[in-house]
Order: sequence, then structure tokens, then C-alpha cells
Amino acid sequence: MSKDVAIIGVGQSAFVRSYQGSIRELAFEAFREAMQDAGISTGDIDASIICSAPEYDNQRSPSGIIAEYLGLNPQPTFAVESVCSSSTTGIRVGYSMIKSGLHDLVLILGFQKMSEISSADSQERMGRGADIMWEAPFGTMMPAYYAMHAQAHFASYGSTEKDLALIRVKASKYGILNEKAVYRKEVKLEDALNAGMVASPLKRFDCCANADGASCIIMASQARAKEMAKKPVWVLGLGSATASMTLTGRDALNGLTCARVAAEKAYAMAGVTPRDIDVAEVHDCFTIAELMAYENLGFAGPGQGAELIRAGETYIGGKIPVNVDGGLLSKGHPIGATGGSQVRTIVQQLRGEAGAIQVPNAAIGLVHNIGGVGVYGNVIILGR
Amino acid sequence: MMGFEKFGHKSFTSQTKVNAFVAALESNELKGTKCISCGNTYFPPRADCCGCLGSDMVWINIEGPGNLLSYTRVNYAPTGFEKDVPYTLALADFNGTKVFGRLSSAIAKEETMVVMSLKAAVVNLPDGQITYEFIKA
Repeated sequence: MSKDVAIIGVGQSAFVRSYQGSIRELAFEAFREAMQDAGISTGDIDASIICSAPEYDNQRSPSGIIAEYLGLNPQPTFAVESVCSSSTTGIRVGYSMIKSGLHDLVLILGFQKMSEISSADSQERMGRGADIMWEAPFGTMMPAYYAMHAQAHFASYGSTEKDLALIRVKASKYGILNEKAVYRKEVKLEDALNAGMVASPLKRFDCCANADGASCIIMASQARAKEMAKKPVWVLGLGSATASMTLTGRDALNGLTCARVAAEKAYAMAGVTPRDIDVAEVHDCFTIAELMAYENLGFAGPGQGAELIRAGETYIGGKIPVNVDGGLLSKGHPIGATGGSQVRTIVQQLRGEAGAIQVPNAAIGLVHNIGGVGVYGNVIILGR
Repeated sequence: MMGFEKFGHKSFTSQTKVNAFVAALESNELKGTKCISCGNTYFPPRADCCGCLGSDMVWINIEGPGNLLSYTRVNYAPTGFEKDVPYTLALADFNGTKVFGRLSSAIAKEETMVVMSLKAAVVNLPDGQITYEFIKA
């Protein structure tokens, strides 16, 4: 377990349905919070990595305008993209730049302003984040792809729509407490079960909302972290993996291979096992995604994930608290900002600064951030 | 090398080295490719083999019956597909080769279930586009 690279600052804008400002102003909200959290100034930053899914941006090459607005010229900046996992891919790149000795302090800024285009257009563009030759011509979209995984999970393991609804009930319980979440109302079990069908078996409350938002993570070398941070949070393990974008190339749809492989790599690098994780943030863009994550991360055996939520084991006080900030289901999912928001939550947990959602004595936390429908998988293990 | 824009309810790309796939559909056949050098088979069809780096391919028929692996009935559609709602997207297995497509609307919701037996059928759409769907075997 090496402690070579740390996170010394985290920030996040509120996630909202429609941000009344430009992308540079949205980015600044997360940036200011992370810079104040780290207690540093722009001159300390050696490089910035800007993470977003470019299909939503009217501004071409947004890294340039964002680095300018954040006052980060003449330091290097560039874009990183892996759709919904862009900002954890940015963290992977930032880690590499610091570990190599190229830079000491790197800023990772994730953002997305999804409200600039309509929801139908957004689904069409997201659908083109899958295979445009062989799948999109049938009318695909993200809920449909995850719905096919849900149907396959049900058929393989006997999981049910109620199991998925229980995950949404948990998300809403914690979402109410998160002042930066887009959805802060209680969702009762019957509300989730009786909601309108979007793509069977996924109903309205099984799906997260599009949102506008930004996140910012500041990473530092061991020497700078020890000198600058009161409570550095160390990157113990990083795992990344991919799977066939086209569904025909996958062995099975009852889990995400990219997540399973990424988790194995992250656990091996950190030298820990699933039982060592005290708190986790998983990519619950849909309820089924959280259910599959329980199994792909090893919190439950294959097909046994539903037992965790049925027994309440993923609530605070359970075996493995998951998404105690409300998850994407409550916070909303501003594509490029999401991974950074998950990391921020775990950093606050490990510092003991998570307030009402604090998991007592959390020492090791995990982030699972997925790009596309199981195309790109990033798992990060953090420790204090 | 145009022609691929004819494939699907709505096309997003017109150029590919495997656009003979469309001509095969016009002859009522669903085809994948097989690498002559190493024998790897591909559906969707590919022009290049990532197994042996060869590009000498022959066309092979995808034949039924196959089995339904998973499906979803969608009530909302992306831009350009609104008039088709509801429709059912599906993944089927044909003797080890997986095929993505739509399930025929003639298959009732109640009888749709994982592992049901299916075959592929070519569909000529009113606007001149061509595609395939899964029907009961």
C-alpha cells in the first residue's frame, strides 16, 4: 500500500437542473471550493486536466477557456474524456503525472452543462455513445441499455423490480440530506414501484436525472501533501478496464466486466479486499447499476447483491454503506462532473468531515465510476 | 463507397467497408464475416480481424433458430425514433453469435421471455430504409 499521491482539496458546485450561467462560471464554483479547501493559490497548480463529455458543449475545446477563467495560464491544460467516467479518468492521468515526477500539484476539473440541449436530444447524443453503426440505428438510449442488463440480471439471479426500488428508497433517504443534490424528496417503495415505465423493467425512479454541475479535485505528491495538507487522503489503488462497446461483444449482461476487472486491479494495487472497504460510492446512474456494482466490486457474490439491499446492509450502520450522499439517483448526473463528486464524498468521509452522513471511523473508501454502459470502468481506493 | 446509410430505422453513418451487409439484407440474408486466415467469425461484420491482423474476409450467414438473451420495451425514444414508440430492443444468441436488434411487434409483451426461440427476418421500411428484426422461430 503506497502513499505517494494524495488528494488535498475537493470541491463541487450544486448539481441543478438548469444552471443559470456559462460553463466557465459553473467550473469556477467547484474550483473555488477545492482551492479554499486545499488552502492554495493558482500559482501552486502545475497543470490542469479538464474532464467533460464534449457532445454537450457548444464551446469547442473547453479546456482552453476554463484554464483561462480559473487563472491557470500558462500552466499546461488538456481534456480527458471517457463519457460518464471522465473525471476519474482525469484522476488516473493526474496520478500518473505526479507519480512520474513530472508535476507536484495537479487540478482535475470535471463539468457538464447538460441543459443546453433538450432531453430527447441528450438521449440521442448519449445513444451515440454506443455503437452508431450497429445499435443506434435501432433507437437505443442509455435507459434501454441498462434495462437490458436489469432484465438479464433478473433472469439469471431472480432479482426483482422491488430490489431496484429498495435501492432508490435508500438513495432518496440520503439525498434529502445532501444540499447539493438535484432531487431531495423522499421516494417511498410504492412510489418507486408504481412510477411510469421508461424502458422495462426500469421505471422513472430507477433513473437518475440529467443535471448541470462541476467538481474539482486537487492532487499532490507525497512531499507537497505532507507540507500543505492537514488531512491528506491517499490514493491507495487505481484500477481501470474496458469492455466491448457493442453489446454483441459481451459474455453476459448480468454484470459489468469492466467494473469487475477494474476492481480486481484496484484491490491488488491497494493490497486490500472488499471486506476492508468502510464506505463506497458507486455509479448508480440507474438502480440496476448499483445492484450490479455490489457484485462486481465483491461486496456480494454473483447474484447475491439483492440480499445486501433487502437486509439494509448498504445503509450507514450496515456491512458496507454505499452512496450515502444520495448517489447519482439523488444528486443528478452531470456526466463529466460525476466521478469527481463521488471522490469528494469519499474524501470527506475519510477526513471525518461528512456531517450527517458520516460513516463512523471510515478509514478506507472506494469509488466506482462507469463510462457509457459498462464501456469504461474506473475504481479508486482511497485511505487516510 | 456509400450505401450503409440505408441500414436501420435511422442511419448515423454512410461509409464502411462492410456495406455489402446492406446488399445481403436486400437478398433477405443476415450476414456476418469470417477471417480466412484465422477463422475468427464476427457479427456485426468487420472488415479487419483483430485476432490475426488480416483483412481477407468471407461473408457467412447468421441462421436460426436463436435464443433471446435480454430485452427491453421502451416507452421513450431518442430524437428521430419518437413515432416508433413503444418498441422492444433485444439481444439474441444464434449458435454462439450474438445479434442486437428489435423484437417484432407481433410478439406480445406477455409471451416475451428470456431464452424464447427466435429467428431474424429482414424488414423493408416504408421510407426505403432496410433493417432486420427478431420473429418467433
